[in-house]
Amino acid sequence: MDAVRAFLRHPSGMVGLVVLLVVVVIALIAPIVFPVSPWEMVSAPFTPPGEDGLLLGGDTLGRDVAAGVAYGARVSLVIGIASAMAAMVIGVTIGAISGYFGGKVDLVLMRVTELFQTIPAFVLAILLVATFNPSLLTIILTIGAVSWPPLARLTRAEFLRLRNREFVEAALCQGEGTLQIVLGHILPNAISPILVVTSLTVATAILLESALSFMGLGDPNLMSWGFMIGAGRTVIRNAWWMSVFPGLAILITVLAINLFGEGLSDVLNPRVSRRRS
Amino acid sequence: MIRLGSAATIGLMALSRIAQLVAVILLIATFNFVLVRAAPGDPAQVMAGQSGASDPKLLEDLRKEYGLDKPYAVQLASYLGRVVRLDLGYSYRQRRAVVDLILERLPATLLLTVTAFCLALLIGTTLGALAGLAAGSVLDTVFTVLSLVLYATPVFWLGLMLVLVFSVTLGWLPPFGYETINVKLSPLEHALDIAKHMIMPVTSLAAIYLAIYARLMRSSIIEVAQQDFIKTARAKGLSGPSIVVGHMLRNALVPVVTVAGMQAGALVGGAVVIETVFAWPGLGRLTFDALLQRDYPLLLGIFLILSIVVIVLNLLTDLIYRLIDPRMTTGAA
Repeated sequence: MDAVRAFLRHPSGMVGLVVLLVVVVIALIAPIVFPVSPWEMVSAPFTPPGEDGLLLGGDTLGRDVAAGVAYGARVSLVIGIASAMAAMVIGVTIGAISGYFGGKVDLVLMRVTELFQTIPAFVLAILLVATFNPSLLTIILTIGAVSWPPLARLTRAEFLRLRNREFVEAALCQGEGTLQIVLGHILPNAISPILVVTSLTVATAILLESALSFMGLGDPNLMSWGFMIGAGRTVIRNAWWMSVFPGLAILITVLAINLFGEGLSDVLNPRVSRRRS
Repeated sequence: MIRLGSAATIGLMALSRIAQLVAVILLIATFNFVLVRAAPGDPAQVMAGQSGASDPKLLEDLRKEYGLDKPYAVQLASYLGRVVRLDLGYSYRQRRAVVDLILERLPATLLLTVTAFCLALLIGTTLGALAGLAAGSVLDTVFTVLSLVLYATPVFWLGLMLVLVFSVTLGWLPPFGYETINVKLSPLEHALDIAKHMIMPVTSLAAIYLAIYARLMRSSIIEVAQQDFIKTARAKGLSGPSIVVGHMLRNALVPVVTVAGMQAGALVGGAVVIETVFAWPGLGRLTFDALLQRDYPLLLGIFLILSIVVIVLNLLTDLIYRLIDPRMTTGAA
């Protein structure tokens, strides 16, 4: 509980948390505030902000930009969190195996990790989503599949640091199995930096999702911020609001998550955090 | 690690790097091969794309060309053989060899990414060093906040906002394209014209990396400043500027260059989106068109070539690394 109290006193972390909570609330109440689907025409096309009862204006087909922004928050948060979780599962598994067993296994896995870090992740993501057709699930799995390397490296480093500690040896002496030692003893001690990096991965995942849907690779059934910017791009000369508001939404959300994640990092791992920032 | 003669070391390094490059290319090609087989639908249909899938003659030709009736191992070997000979297949949508389409667009992408990379590194490290030397000042705070905001901004949106301000509102810069068409220009005017078209794409692409390098350089400078050899230099009576230039910058740059190398892939990915925003006639724009037409052979080829570009950028940062940190020898990194 000390960590919670310390976080409450972390100014930028708290700003991040509060803004993030606002985004979450907007995402939750979107269907109540905007009962009409964001795909429905509600006004004349190109309605400027503030006119015709549309706070953020209407788009080229007369759809409510504010409704799109609110529903987009749902998509961004769900995809951001789910794909960061997917990245965490892949990264922690690979990093744990690599760090715990060492030797040839470690060598091979780290080469694979390096390869994934070298190749252009966004281009790989485009290729994967295009191959398996854009849907909520394929987008989440794809972003997870290109975002895990930092988590794998971090987990490996933590496991290397912890695997020769006395408590691990004690567990070994008591005849505990490998899985039990890894999950019951090492992982709990490595969890806080992993959580910090996972929270920052949510932010990069949201950026990646927005770029994918901007390129036309979003789930065609879901209104997302990237899609709105992509749709508004061609008419930016006459209708700035169609691309400005969804972009601001991305910026604010990602910034909030980063502030929250860095606050978390300061509170949970002051040592690592000071070196990083 | 045994220290060999410098020329021999560099020769060995170059050889091992080339071997690595070939290995990575073959791995990525294998990945492409697996992906086509893993895709929903029959591989011939995947390669032909939406339009070709209804043409039985084309599908039959494709099956023959790729030997789809033969075992996977044979198919893979013949595919890798093609890739090594730079045969990346045929775009049935554009009716041209994939490698020709890519090579035609590659220079524009390289111009954009290399310029953005160099500018981000140069300006980012300079600003970061200034902020680090003045840690805690107003300037430092402004830089920190700015880099946090840039770090959270989607590149394509930043590009659009630049268009909104500098083209739509102010009318200073051309909103898209590579050059002004249908005008006669002298070579110098032509170069200036391209440079003018480059300002916004390069700025939007470089901004985020500039922010990252500035933050890194800032903390790196602060860390180096606390080390013993700097105190020694001060004790020897060296002045402030000569300590900064002679002792601190070189050492502080090492971690920045490491990260810059690791970010090369992300930079190239960013270029793909930015080219789409600015209709820049490079590989990114080609990717966008290939996506619209589901031109699969072209997408696979672009992925392979862009990966090679990233690896070459990595090699370049390795060279810079050796220049600034002589302690680095092959394999020590």
